[in-house]
Amino acid sequence: MSDQEDDIILSELSDEELVPQIHDDLYDGLKEEIEESVNILLGRGWMPYDVLTKALVEGMRIVGIDFRDGILFVPEVLLAANAMKGGMAILKPLLAETGAPRLGNMVIGTVKGDIHDIGKNLVTMMMEGAGFEVKDLGINNPVENYLDELENGDYDILGMSALLTTTMPYMKVVIDTMVEKGMRDDYTVLVGGAPLNEEFGKAIGADAYCRDAAVAVETAKEFMAKKHNQMNA
Amino acid sequence: MIEVSDHTLTEQGLDARGSDPARVLVLACGALAREILALFKINKWDHMDLTCLPAKWHMTPDLITDGVEDVVRKHRGDYDQIFVAYADCGTGGLLEAKCAELGVEMIAGPHCYSFFEGNDVFAATAEDEITAFYLTDFLVSVFDSFFWKPMGLDRHPELLEMYFGNYEKVVYQAQTENAELTAKARDCAARMGLRFERRFTGYGDLQTALAGIPAAR
Ligand code: B12
Repeated sequence: MSDQEDDIILSELSDEELVPQIHDDLYDGLKEEIEESVNILLGRGWMPYDVLTKALVEGMRIVGIDFRDGILFVPEVLLAANAMKGGMAILKPLLAETGAPRLGNMVIGTVKGDIHDIGKNLVTMMMEGAGFEVKDLGINNPVENYLDELENGDYDILGMSALLTTTMPYMKVVIDTMVEKGMRDDYTVLVGGAPLNEEFGKAIGADAYCRDAAVAVETAKEFMAKKHNQMNA
Repeated sequence: MIEVSDHTLTEQGLDARGSDPARVLVLACGALAREILALFKINKWDHMDLTCLPAKWHMTPDLITDGVEDVVRKHRGDYDQIFVAYADCGTGGLLEAKCAELGVEMIAGPHCYSFFEGNDVFAATAEDEITAFYLTDFLVSVFDSFFWKPMGLDRHPELLEMYFGNYEKVVYQAQTENAELTAKARDCAARMGLRFERRFTGYGDLQTALAGIPAAR
């Protein structure tokens, strides 16, 4: 397999061959190959948004499915995400210039006491890939971090991540504080992380629990569509 | 004492020996097998038998709750009592709910790092120690096969920064006094590029929890 890979000259592939090759290279976590292919497509006159969605996001979607189904494990996902990050870094500055769609603004962060960030980073990337502008607050965030950022920006969505049973309840602290301050209804609150579930999301007053990055993107889109319909009604 | 390899404990777990003469079955994570067998021996708990689920389920905690239920249902007719030697272990409260439904006791707390230290102490210090990565005797002895390899670090050393970029130290929670394990734990920390600290915990709340099981009905 790897001998074969070596023989492939990316620039000699047609668009129809190169896009699936990008999916394969993402799956294998080949960062340099991804960067090269992104530059090739751009050089052929592709719109940055098309490179992003048809090549990178679609490739990561496949990785996400195989992770969910237990075919891939954490290191493979991490390598794929890292490769995608390489491609995104090239595309990001070009997206705004070329009028790519902007769906909404999101703040995301791992809650206080928790420094797991692999899942959160993946969600950030897939949300950006879908056209959301995402402010990532990183790890170990006390309630003030979330609220300060929300108050100082023009945000639609708050996303919180927790991977520890001991830190999950902190999400409720954040939501309760938002309620106290009368700002809860101004935002869609999405929560995620492996130990959470639907029931927990409901119990703490989140708008939705999302089991993975793909669901997060779909859910965020739905809420944004609802929001626009309400505004236009 | 029962001889069982680290590999078996990681991949398959351990079968119960049988209910004669034991009246209590301890159902544990494979990562706790050695410690529990040691406690049986030290305390002469001959009325207890041990069965373990694969230690590697640590990485996929969504398998644990169903696995525990299967074993409890399989063995409940054979023993007076079954005790589940798992903490929550990332099941998000599902294991606790299942144990309550099945009418069996389990260990309190979020995970083994917490109950080895003692849940109260751990809860009080966790906030100041958020950038610590914990190792136990079991984790040190199987570090490569159980952690380094499944995390892909043997093939992709570049992942180290992505996993541990936010960490500062390794805290080796020693269950036993063992110079060889301590040296190995120190080496693990060095490979991870983290500071090393050793803390003797003994068996912590694991011992208390097992000692609390009534000897007979
Ligand atoms: C990788 C990992 C680590 C890495 C983390 C590296 C990093 N930079 O994040 C390392 C090895 C460093 C680590 C450390 C620890 N870990 Co850890 N870790 C895991 C493991 C194996 C996988 C988590 C992961 O990254 N999955 C991959 C990503 C892609 O999946 P995900 O996080 O679930 O995210 C997806 C969804 O949940 C969702 N999602 C996630 N966040 C969000 C947010 C929003 C807004 C939305 C919409 C969706 C969403 O979308 C994501 C993408 O699809 C889990 C077990 C497991 N399978 O969950 C244990 C686990 C979470 N860890 C655990 C523990 C105990 C620890 C340590 C205390 C262990 C120790 N020895 O010290 C420390 C924690 C220190 C701390 N203060 O935080 C326990 C938690 C137990 C409990 N009761 O809570 C687990 C469950 C393992 C276990 N069974 O014991 N860990």
